Amino acid sequence: MASQEMEELVQREYTQGFVTDIESDTVPPGLDENTIAFISNKKGEPEWMLEWRLEAYRQWLTMTTPSWAHLDYPPIDYQAISYYSAPKKQEDKPQSLDEVDPKLLETYEKLGIPLHERAALAGVAVDAVFDSVSVTTTFKEKLAEAGVIFCSISEAIREYPELVRQYLGSVVPQGDNYFAALNSAVFTDGSFVYVPEGVECPMELSTYFRINAANTGQFERTLIVCDKRAQVSYLEGCTAPQRDENQLHAAVVELVALEDANIKYSTVQNWYPGDEDGKGGIYNFVTKRGDCRGDRSKISWTQVETGSAITWKYPSCMLRGKDSVGEFYSVAVTNGRQQADTGTKMIHIGEGTRSTIISKGIAAGRSDQAYRGLVKVGPRAKNARNFTQCDSLLIGDRCGAHTFPYQEIGNSSATVEHEATTSKIGEDQLFYCQSRGISEEDAVNMIVNGFCKDVFQELPMEFAVEAEALLNVTLEGAVG
Amino acid sequence: MLEVKDLHVTVEGSEILKGLNLTVNPGEVHALMGPNGAGKSTLSAVIAGKDGYEVTSGEILFEGKNLLEMEIEERALAGILLGFQYPVEIPGVKNIYLLKAALNAQRVARGEEEIPAPEFMKLVREQLSFMKMDGSFLQRAVNEGFSGGEKKRNEILQMLVLQPKLAMLDEIDSGLDIDAMKVVAEGINSLRNADRAILMVTHYQRLLEHIVPDRVHVLVDGRIVKSGDKELANELEARGYEWVLEESAA
Repeated sequence: MASQEMEELVQREYTQGFVTDIESDTVPPGLDENTIAFISNKKGEPEWMLEWRLEAYRQWLTMTTPSWAHLDYPPIDYQAISYYSAPKKQEDKPQSLDEVDPKLLETYEKLGIPLHERAALAGVAVDAVFDSVSVTTTFKEKLAEAGVIFCSISEAIREYPELVRQYLGSVVPQGDNYFAALNSAVFTDGSFVYVPEGVECPMELSTYFRINAANTGQFERTLIVCDKRAQVSYLEGCTAPQRDENQLHAAVVELVALEDANIKYSTVQNWYPGDEDGKGGIYNFVTKRGDCRGDRSKISWTQVETGSAITWKYPSCMLRGKDSVGEFYSVAVTNGRQQADTGTKMIHIGEGTRSTIISKGIAAGRSDQAYRGLVKVGPRAKNARNFTQCDSLLIGDRCGAHTFPYQEIGNSSATVEHEATTSKIGEDQLFYCQSRGISEEDAVNMIVNGFCKDVFQELPMEFAVEAEALLNVTLEGAVG
Repeated sequence: MLEVKDLHVTVEGSEILKGLNLTVNPGEVHALMGPNGAGKSTLSAVIAGKDGYEVTSGEILFEGKNLLEMEIEERALAGILLGFQYPVEIPGVKNIYLLKAALNAQRVARGEEEIPAPEFMKLVREQLSFMKMDGSFLQRAVNEGFSGGEKKRNEILQMLVLQPKLAMLDEIDSGLDIDAMKVVAEGINSLRNADRAILMVTHYQRLLEHIVPDRVHVLVDGRIVKSGDKELANELEARGYEWVLEESAA
């Protein structure tokens, strides 16, 4: 079988490529075809998957880093990154929480993710990703009863190869962009969700990503497929500990909604933003795209972005199906020296398609952020409608906010509305709250949370609370 | 309770208050009147601690404490509450949320527990109906889309809930029709008691028909030039400010 060939291939190439013993949990820095074969082998992947990865890698080699974003960072040395890292003791994967390394669980506790409680109390199934290996998956059985598949992408490649092959790369092709190509070549983990026809997923699905080992890039790949009339709500939470070096995170998320399907994808991102002088922090280059493939399907992105040194992220919707609906609700908060270039693309292809964009940007300290949004209406998208609202709130006078709305309208029956505001956090508002006995910090939090309300109310209840708390932490000391 | 001594205040380089003296005792209602630009609103803003006002000399004592060394919120927690002439809108923040946060800030400062939700709701509902306000007010964003009258009622509602020791009302009567004026006046009158002082800044004597002051002061060009009882307000209404100016110049 192919795995033996793989083994040989990997064995052979090790001798030429990197000098390491095969038992190692972290590969040395560097990227070439050997590294990719190593990852694929570690994951026990079939040959087609390795081929797919190599194809992506070869495309990536011909591409250059995008430079159009409103971001400023030194060139990334891709040979200095280690592309595979697994926590110790992971070769024998734990079968239950009891078998999980208590130290690992302790870390999750610190991150505010009490796994058992969260899962039990909230009915949330958590597929926690620690570095590159999926540590534990809860509530799998209950999901299985409903016919929902929720597992790590690696497991899906092994267990459900037909589904993965059918949909992987069908929304974000390997060569879509520089970072997507890199991800396609080297992705190490991520989640896979399949909700079968007519099934409403019985619980919120949630994944926590975390970058732990220094100098490792994290490249997760998420694929969510909602079959006809199916529904799912998915939340990813991201956080990372403090490191002096910059770390790269280049994820790809693909969503597929068939006829009358409904996918809600929420993100609370709190990657380490670097220190006040801009040292360290995560470089977050993410490609997220949803494909409303079926008629009357709906995809909704909600994101709360408070972390990362650099964010480059545009969750988008391809509205192919007739009367399909795309939504984007975003809160981006930057402080210190953070930079964010984020927004969305709504591509109206089908007739009667509708999209809504609500973007709230809050800049404090010396941070800089940009909203970049594209609304494109194709020639067949009769009666397409879009409503865009982007509001920026500035705290202090050393930060910046920019709005780059792009519209390409190819059908005259389309209705496209755009509203934008930029305001400074009002001294009058602060004074009003403080003169009621509320401290300045609480007043800022109150005003900022009020500003973001339209977006927070789109988040699942318990995560809305978490998002508010995160926002408050991010803006600590932003005033005065 | 409140002692303002020889207060000099400049705003953007020009002197607005030029040696103002004022003493307010518990249980008293004072009305501060005077022509536009005399510095009436400046006084209440300085007492509340608003930025942009530079106190060049003089002092303000509240229950013997030096107010000028206190932060805005510390003054509020000490029991001073300013009712705004133009209350600001805070989009997305529910009225009830602000009320609760303010009340709890007070309680925590006093070392008390935060108020339990049912008790809070009961308290707020009572005051709400006293102010003839609809329950939906609580769920609306602070002052957002409120009419002028609604904003002013909301200021009084906050006072009824927060029960300050010193209530300052800056032109609370401006923009009110006669019915709203009555409701607002009733609210203010219900605040009157032996331990509380009220300082009202107003242009017109009209408000003082509903809320009868113990003392009336005329502020002209940064100084209190004449003080008296409620009769002084009537006299001002009848004769204007000119004669006071002439008298004080003489």
